[in-house]
Amino acid sequence: MKQGTQVLQGYHLLQSQLMAVLVSQLKANIQRIHEGGGAKATQRHKSRGKLVARERVAALIDPSSPFLEFSQLAGKDLYGSDDVPAGGVITGIGQIMGTECVIVANDATVKGGSYYPITVKKHLRAQEIAEQNRLPCVYLVDSGGANLPHQAEIFPDREHFGRIFYNQANMSAKGISQIAVVLGSCTAGGAYVPAMADESIIVRKQGTIFLAGPPLVKAATGEEISAEELGGADLHCSKSGVTDHYAIDDLHALHLARRAVGNLNLVKKPDISLAPPEEPLYPADDIYGIVGDNVKKNYDIREVIARIVDASRFDEFKAKYGETLVTGFARIHGYPVGIVANNGVLFAESSMKGAHFVELCCQRRIPLVFLQNITGFMVGREAEAGGIAKHGAKLVTAVACAQVPKLTVLVGGSYGAGNYGMCGRAYSPRFLYMWPNSRISVMGGEQAAGVLAQISQEQRKREGKQWTPEEEKALKDPILKKYEVEGSPYYSSARLWDDGVIDPADTRKVLALSLSAALNAPIPSTKFGIFRM
Amino acid sequence: SSATKTAPKVTPLSKILIANRGEIACRVIRSAKRLGIQTVAVYSDADRNAMHVDMADSAIRLGPAASVESYLRQDRVLEAAFKTGAQAIHPGYGFLSENVEFAELCSKEGIIFIGPPASAIRDMGIKSTSKHIMSAAGVPVIHGYHGEDQSLERLKQEAEKIGFPLMIKAVRGGGGKGMRIAYTPGEFDSQLESAKWEAQKSFGDQVMLLERYVERPRHVEVQVFGDKYDNYVYLFERDCSVQRRHQKIIEEAPGPGISSKTRKELGEAAVRAARAVGYVGAGTVEFIMDPQQNFFFMEMNTRLQVEHPVSEMITGTDLVEWQLRVAAGEPLPLDQSQIHLNGHAFEARIYAEEPKNNFLPGAGPLLHLITPKPSSDVRVETGVAQGDVVSVFYDPMIAKLVVWSSDRASALRKLRSCLSEYNIVGLNTNVDFLMELSSHPKFVEGDVHTDFIPQHYNDLFPVKPITDNLVGQAALACILNELKVSSSQQSSTRDPYSPFASYPMARLNHSCQKSMKMTCQGVTYDVIVTCCENGSYKLKVGQSAEIVASARLSESDNVTSIELNANDEISKSRVVFLDGNVHLFTKDGSVAFATEKPAFLKSLGQGSMQQGGAVAPMPGIIEKILVKDGEKVQLGQPLLVMIAMKMEYVIRAPEAGVIEKVNYKVGDSVAKNAALVRFVSADKK
Repeated sequence: MKQGTQVLQGYHLLQSQLMAVLVSQLKANIQRIHEGGGAKATQRHKSRGKLVARERVAALIDPSSPFLEFSQLAGKDLYGSDDVPAGGVITGIGQIMGTECVIVANDATVKGGSYYPITVKKHLRAQEIAEQNRLPCVYLVDSGGANLPHQAEIFPDREHFGRIFYNQANMSAKGISQIAVVLGSCTAGGAYVPAMADESIIVRKQGTIFLAGPPLVKAATGEEISAEELGGADLHCSKSGVTDHYAIDDLHALHLARRAVGNLNLVKKPDISLAPPEEPLYPADDIYGIVGDNVKKNYDIREVIARIVDASRFDEFKAKYGETLVTGFARIHGYPVGIVANNGVLFAESSMKGAHFVELCCQRRIPLVFLQNITGFMVGREAEAGGIAKHGAKLVTAVACAQVPKLTVLVGGSYGAGNYGMCGRAYSPRFLYMWPNSRISVMGGEQAAGVLAQISQEQRKREGKQWTPEEEKALKDPILKKYEVEGSPYYSSARLWDDGVIDPADTRKVLALSLSAALNAPIPSTKFGIFRM
Repeated sequence: SSATKTAPKVTPLSKILIANRGEIACRVIRSAKRLGIQTVAVYSDADRNAMHVDMADSAIRLGPAASVESYLRQDRVLEAAFKTGAQAIHPGYGFLSENVEFAELCSKEGIIFIGPPASAIRDMGIKSTSKHIMSAAGVPVIHGYHGEDQSLERLKQEAEKIGFPLMIKAVRGGGGKGMRIAYTPGEFDSQLESAKWEAQKSFGDQVMLLERYVERPRHVEVQVFGDKYDNYVYLFERDCSVQRRHQKIIEEAPGPGISSKTRKELGEAAVRAARAVGYVGAGTVEFIMDPQQNFFFMEMNTRLQVEHPVSEMITGTDLVEWQLRVAAGEPLPLDQSQIHLNGHAFEARIYAEEPKNNFLPGAGPLLHLITPKPSSDVRVETGVAQGDVVSVFYDPMIAKLVVWSSDRASALRKLRSCLSEYNIVGLNTNVDFLMELSSHPKFVEGDVHTDFIPQHYNDLFPVKPITDNLVGQAALACILNELKVSSSQQSSTRDPYSPFASYPMARLNHSCQKSMKMTCQGVTYDVIVTCCENGSYKLKVGQSAEIVASARLSESDNVTSIELNANDEISKSRVVFLDGNVHLFTKDGSVAFATEKPAFLKSLGQGSMQQGGAVAPMPGIIEKILVKDGEKVQLGQPLLVMIAMKMEYVIRAPEAGVIEKVNYKVGDSVAKNAALVRFVSADKK
């Protein structure tokens, strides 16, 4: 059934302007981040005949290919005065010789491409995406290795530096190709990126690979040797065999990497019914006016769906039951999807309806798209007595176990257990994006402040002490402020709790590209856990 | 007169051999086919796959590529005729077409030579004889006095006989020295004095010759036709004044500004000329004409000429058909009263040459070739198609573009428009030059003469600015072409609607920017293209202001066009992509941009160059080899001599070193930039 209505009224125009401000702030931030380590570092880098990371990515992917970039805001305001734009590494999915690949490119203009904790996390997340979706990996290596002052948060743990090579080995074992292009240093641990790769390329007089660099060698053995002699392209292509292909410059190396991908003999076989894509009936940027910038304001999520799906066609499932959760089938850019979208607080009925719909999609092997705008499950005596906990558990079980590709977009609030039921980060959606208006926290700031104020007040009461409105304000204000900061999509994205903050008008495009990427892996069948009845 | 001649026998032709190649061979074959006559082509090794061979019913090899070993081999041509049972030979133009010996040989061997009798060729071949015959027949000729009697009285007497204006010229003179023009008899004495004085001073000699002076001469020629029954007609005149290197490049019929009185006089004089030598078949009588439309006989060409189609267009005739009918012994299909002049026709000759480099002839592959659509008013006479090669062995003419319209102005417009649709990539051509020439105001006026090109040289080679718009068209054409290529690849996958092909160059929260370097005429333009989300582009060329543009690449009938809407101004060009170059064909001419080639591609390509050292500057044939394998040479020492388009090129050592191997032998033809020797520089040894 066709969905959506025209939105041109004054209210929507005002809302639209408010969202537009958020989007332009986002774009201004991204623009700064795209300058990498700044003009000086960029100039120094380019003066050596090297391309910067983004130019490398552009030359690596097909000229027409989109680049679905992840977590552009990674590392933002994370290390005090240390600015680490994009977390010092650019990751994303682009088509190389028609094959969708995950690309991980160190930005050497950011602290010499060294790995901060967030760099490691972003690198690992890219590998996770590659592994889940069976996408070949191309590593454009130009990094000084671990950022030594931060070693404790980089080196020892399971999800730390070593995991990069663990992933390379295990992906290679699964037939997910690992290709490394050495465009700068690969020192110490970094040396394993090309060494562990299926195929590796190195640029002469530019790329170096060694376990210990010249200074360390001199300190250890007294041997004096230049970096090029110790681990340059000539050595590794003709003597050591650490690298396979010899390139004269960046463009040559990237060309060879393209050839290498071309020789993977991969055929993408989307095991799903395909249809010619149709544009939605309404313009995407209508979403600005529908949603606005305040997550407390109510709107019908179907208006958003109508601006994302093909021909605004949405076949709703159980439209009259559990109306606070909207479920139904649609296509996004020709790919079939099941959409689960909040339209209010989750009640027992809406939870059961959601679980039922997720089961349907898994049975039919249809990818799921969650549009998350949830304050939580219903609370109160009636709800608890009605078994909201077990009904909510049904939805959480269904979402947790669903093996079809899951894609989540935070279009508004994401609070408490609602986040679980709507496939938050912990439920391993293949991709998770946030809109710039969205908020994420265990509960709303006001509720949290209210709960804490009440606890303090009761404590005072027991102690027979006074509780003044001034005291209450003094307690509540910092909490409100903290929740305001930590609930922001920037805070979330800086820490990689998501795969990026996106312009709401790009939602259809981003979902389409993500679905396309997800369909590189076969869709497995799902076995659900026990549904508490 | 016809009464004295015995009536010739009519032998209907059923099979003819065409002793030629290229467009004229194709042209003859077409008419023959239409008349149901079988055709035999002949070919050299260079033409094995040529269009004329393809079109003919059968074909016979003559020999190696060089004309003397193939198309000029009379014995081989006759042998081919015998072998195939051809009754007649059409010689086309050039090669054997005006060869007396061959015409005689044909008649001796009982094969019809489609052309005039040998005697007519002979008579017209000797200039003094032909002038004499013409003069006797009452055809105006240029008279002169070259006598020894230099007395004032005698010179004056001769001057009266020759007429005015008159050129007085020192026999030993040159460069305009010792030369004067006397416009009236009254000026004669003083001009003679002045010429003598200058000649004495410059050459120490006062001997003068006198000749009729033709001011701003035009080259006007008349198409005539005769049969074996003493019937003669003229098919009006053609003006072929505009020439370069003494060769025609643009012809028209009728001659612009020629009065109907002069036209009739020209035609009748030409018929008298033909009749005087008992001419049979198609011939052309060439005249030189002054601004007062006085004309004088120059020579007669005893063949069907290159530019015959303009006469066909204005008379609605097929002159090849006439040739075949007359050769078969039939009378002329029309008499003079039935031949009417209708409209105006132009012919532009499209050559492989470099107009800017003194019209240096070229050769090479026709990598991309699009012609205007032929119609009843537009003829494309050619012997080549895309993929063929313009060979160094023969005339570098690619095609003749012939257009007709009801009047001169509209015919000229049509010519220009058709020229803009003649798009060739692979070698240099004169198409752009022809476009300039045909739009020159003086040409449009019809003010043509033989010095047209030197006189208007600067106008004809305008320095055209490369506008940001053009650079933008080229840059966006490149980008759109890449998109087209990748989306066509996508549709063949199992994910035909992939969004990776549907959102070209999409980026998140920012726009994709492409930096390009476009080089044109030695200038490199830095172009930054920002691909906006709404499908439009922002173009920044060098330091110029940003242009907001949208662009579309469309294709129909194998023609790709770029349409650029920049700041609401829409411009369109045809576009060809080849080897990293973008060729734009606009309505005002063509321009080629080279895109930046990555260093690794350049360094791979250099491999052979570095070894080669001495390369062929243009396509040609090795004439002499001056060094032996293993020979030590000094910088600048001649290594080989090449002949390219009748010019000698000495190939010299680029530096001191050793010739490891000479890669070619005498007689080999070489491509442009071919490494002629394997050279090891002295440094490396």
